[in-house]
Amino acid sequence: MTAQTTEIRMLEIGNNRPAVELWEAGQGDAVVFLHGAGGLMPDDRFFQALAAKFHVYAPLLPGYGNSQGEDGLHDMLDATLHTGDVIEALGLVKPALVGHSMGGMLAAELASLAPNDVERLALIAPAGLWLDAHPIEDLFAKLPFELPELLFHDVALGEKLMTSGLDLDDPAFLSAFLVINARRLGMAGKLLFPIPDRGLSRRLHRIKAKTLILWGESDRLIKPVYGKGFAAAIANSQLQTLPEAGHLVTHEKPEQVVDAIAALINA
Amino acid sequence: MKFTWFNLMPWPHLPEDFREQHHSVWVDIPSSLYDPKKGHEVYNTYLDQLEYAESLGFDGIGVNEHHANAYGLMPSPNLMAAALARRTSKAALVVLGNSIALYNPPIRVAEEFAMLDVISGGRLVAGFPVGTSMDTNYAYGQIPALTREKYAEAHELIVRAWKEDKPFSFNGRFTQLRYANCWPKPIQSPRPPVFIPGGGSVETYDFCIENDYAYSYLSFTGYKRAQLLMDGFWERVDEMGADKSPYRAGFAQTICVAETDEEAKELYAEHVNYFFNRCLHVYPGFADAPGYRTVKTIKKGALSQFTRASLGALGKLTWEELVADGHIIAGSPETVVRQMKELITGLKVGNIFCLLHIGNMPDEKTRLSSRLFAEEVMPKLQNMWPEWEHDERFWIHPLETPVETSVPLAAMGGAE
Repeated sequence: MTAQTTEIRMLEIGNNRPAVELWEAGQGDAVVFLHGAGGLMPDDRFFQALAAKFHVYAPLLPGYGNSQGEDGLHDMLDATLHTGDVIEALGLVKPALVGHSMGGMLAAELASLAPNDVERLALIAPAGLWLDAHPIEDLFAKLPFELPELLFHDVALGEKLMTSGLDLDDPAFLSAFLVINARRLGMAGKLLFPIPDRGLSRRLHRIKAKTLILWGESDRLIKPVYGKGFAAAIANSQLQTLPEAGHLVTHEKPEQVVDAIAALINA
Repeated sequence: MKFTWFNLMPWPHLPEDFREQHHSVWVDIPSSLYDPKKGHEVYNTYLDQLEYAESLGFDGIGVNEHHANAYGLMPSPNLMAAALARRTSKAALVVLGNSIALYNPPIRVAEEFAMLDVISGGRLVAGFPVGTSMDTNYAYGQIPALTREKYAEAHELIVRAWKEDKPFSFNGRFTQLRYANCWPKPIQSPRPPVFIPGGGSVETYDFCIENDYAYSYLSFTGYKRAQLLMDGFWERVDEMGADKSPYRAGFAQTICVAETDEEAKELYAEHVNYFFNRCLHVYPGFADAPGYRTVKTIKKGALSQFTRASLGALGKLTWEELVADGHIIAGSPETVVRQMKELITGLKVGNIFCLLHIGNMPDEKTRLSSRLFAEEVMPKLQNMWPEWEHDERFWIHPLETPVETSVPLAAMGGAE
């Protein structure tokens, strides 16, 4: 994998709404990537891996980074339509849609609402369904030090990725971190709190896209059994799991995830 | 000064190793630790104490709302206030309060508070807390980033429902009512005095000042730690050009009174320890759901008092340290008078919520401490704000001649 030059800019989406932060890199087929509740990491290794094979557009949801306007997004429908507007503002027609976790939920919503606009869909450990027998852990009641254990198969790697540059003992840093966290998870909470189920199961059957459902076998946040639920509801779908990977399979096995996406897009 | 005798109603039977064996006293505490048969005695003892407080001459008796919480056994404070309304006749019923974002539709609060005001003959103080994150978000499932907006909408509906003389349509984002119509209406018109419990959210200052609501800081860490926050409140009062009536503000303080300083330690230390070590064992992950506090408030550095740093240390302090740092006000009546004067003048508050029952304190000690406070401390604190003596905006206006209930007042528990 060669490192791609990432262009980060503000994208106007019109209708007097605030611009959104857009990460763009790579060449080839257009892929829109929707991030999870944690946003993109600095030098995001999954974004980089994806950009090694595709022309990747990763818009940040309002509340994340420099994307403002989260107060105007109240619920799942608002956030889904916003995502559709961002894709339109990019001037893309039927780009492949890739979403991880909360981003997977958004991607699945968009593909359900506008089934004729999405032909290739990759859902990586998506949220959006709920099984009483397999409750999803409460991400919103976790402290930073508890997250690597929850999100990674390789906890040591998770600690390295998630805490690099974090100094929670420094009051100035802590204050900045709390603001970032409140904005991000405050927005995410409108889609995921207290139960990450906004009725997607009633709409999934509308999806027409050829769909890849991908899960890390060690996912402790949203257990791999959820993959079967998505696979059963989406007609033209294929479920694939990757061993030795947790919920952030994108960061633990970036090349393998990208290979699976490439197989979907090039099929 | 207005003194309100307040009972958090803690569960007094938490095991000794509670802190080690359990994740949190709040939100996910197993209900197997609750024993309803013991609970029968606990509730009735606590209600007796509240009635006793009236007989001692406290201006108000106070209850509040918590959910899934072993130190606050009042999911419905209105039930407690209703029980008290019939068995008391003078004290303000300080319901501090109803978490109005949690009632669906929130006009329910307008109705129940009106009922309480009417039954009690106009003795209700209506509290409108946003509710802690533990209660509102984790136990009651409200979306953190929408909680304040839902609260604001509920407040608008309730106050309007009290004021309007005929049905009106209410088209809110969270509540839509074609016929908003509050029956009954409160005796105190257009509304009972309103108290807003706050914990440092800057938006709450403005809300109180604009509406002449009493800002009530319900802290467990005592008056010395509250100075900065209350200074912030009074600065805002200045900036907004409001008068500086001390009745704009109130403060909750843990207080222990005995004959001597030594006796206070001997009698109460174990119960204070129970409170700080077991009752306040709150998992920090439940303290502040992301989005619950506004960015503006976080930037001001006002975080929940339930964060690890602020709470972990309290349980380890000695009695002497707890007293010296003002976390508790404790000692002989003389000592307590001195510290209370510091609190009242330092924070410039006219309302005190007296936490005289603490943790697992047994009934007789609670009554002793309360009686000493009422008889030997309160009288010496009456004239703290002579220039505001006639400020009646922040207190109840009961009927002059309420009906007599058939419960003989003299038969109430604990009258001397």
